[in-house]
Amino acid sequence: MKYIDEYRDAGQSRAIAEEIRRRTTRPHTIMEICGGQTHSIVRFGVDTFLPEEITLVHGPGCPVCVTPIEQIDRAIAIASRPGVIFTSFGDMLRVPGSETDLLSVRAAGGDVRIVYSPLDAVRIARENPERETVFFAVGFETTAPANAMAVFQARELGLRNFTVLVSHVLVPPAIETILSSPGNRVEGFLAAGHVCAVMGTEEYVPIAKKHRVPIVVTGFEPLDIFQGILLVVRQLEEGRAEVENAYARTARDEGNAAARALIARVFRVTDRKWRGIGSIPRSGLGLAEEFAGFDAETRFDVASQTAEESPICISGLILQGVKKPPECPAFGTVCVPEHPLGATMVSSEGACAAYYRYRRT
Amino acid sequence: MCLAVPGKIRSISGDNPLTRMGKVDFGGVVKDVALAYVPEAGVGDYVIVHVGFAISKLDEEEARKTLELLREMGEAADREET
Repeated sequence: MKYIDEYRDAGQSRAIAEEIRRRTTRPHTIMEICGGQTHSIVRFGVDTFLPEEITLVHGPGCPVCVTPIEQIDRAIAIASRPGVIFTSFGDMLRVPGSETDLLSVRAAGGDVRIVYSPLDAVRIARENPERETVFFAVGFETTAPANAMAVFQARELGLRNFTVLVSHVLVPPAIETILSSPGNRVEGFLAAGHVCAVMGTEEYVPIAKKHRVPIVVTGFEPLDIFQGILLVVRQLEEGRAEVENAYARTARDEGNAAARALIARVFRVTDRKWRGIGSIPRSGLGLAEEFAGFDAETRFDVASQTAEESPICISGLILQGVKKPPECPAFGTVCVPEHPLGATMVSSEGACAAYYRYRRT
Repeated sequence: MCLAVPGKIRSISGDNPLTRMGKVDFGGVVKDVALAYVPEAGVGDYVIVHVGFAISKLDEEEARKTLELLREMGEAADREET
């Protein structure tokens, strides 16, 4: 496919890897934020072409992984109610809550439906006026425009039987948390290209300056990732700490103005708990006052639910780049994609699931 | 989950900017895509699509420049090896 195939060229990739090797004079640890990039790196073996001085660690940018267990339990509680149609992106269905998952709710007779777009959930609500339709609105900034539009259109249509269970997270506060952690070893970041396509790059400028870290907006194909790494390495070797864009064909400095405007209208910034990491101040989105009537937590009175995580799982350390999947005693033994213990094994974009799938031990 | 794929707009329907939809071709597979966030995009343009929404119009000039830069880099690396 055009604009994909040419960014998978093996010869070009090797040439850039060679350029990275030439520029590298000392060890560097670089984190890719986005789970989609982690998946690409492991799938195409990007890291195996890099000089041994470069260590890639995998970040928390997998919304499926970081959705807190309480929120999964709330989804399960709502989906189990008679009369409810619970709609979700497909990859949330296997995520384990404290006791069960949404797939099991469906197997037990619950009406749980996979949608491709949040607008499909709005359509389902219109077609079923006598029933409550709930959409599981998870995601990073990339998904926020779509989810905001679903809520906005539901209001325009006067739908009273549509609500959203919101678990939206934001990238910059997570980067701040990683950089402020005492065990941090990350010296440079590949920022998530599609998050920046929506939000632009301005939020990263003060972070790069304050923490003296290069941040390079990076795409998802192997050539994009090699280019992002090269730009980070160049900055580290030259003692610079700037925001650069290696994905200019898609992400512009100002982001997407129309999308940002609707996100700002429908949502408000709020504290959020991240699975495996804990609560991060001002790291998520919740519904703005004007749209509070669309909040499923209030409509179904599930806000006070709490839950416990597996004590063996080290996904929190993996999400922060402190450890790698094979360092966990449960990896590939008691914790596998079919029966995940925690965050990073639940989605194909989680670091543990990517390592498991492509047989890295 | 932030997977977003480039596709080419084949046709556009609707006048309301908030509900404008397009038929977008992903290497032969055509899907309905919301175009509310790419008011500047027209038929024939490539857009980056995530969960049924175009979130960015692909800048073909930037794409060409990046590939050229990478090609030059590769050629320079080859020269130094020989």
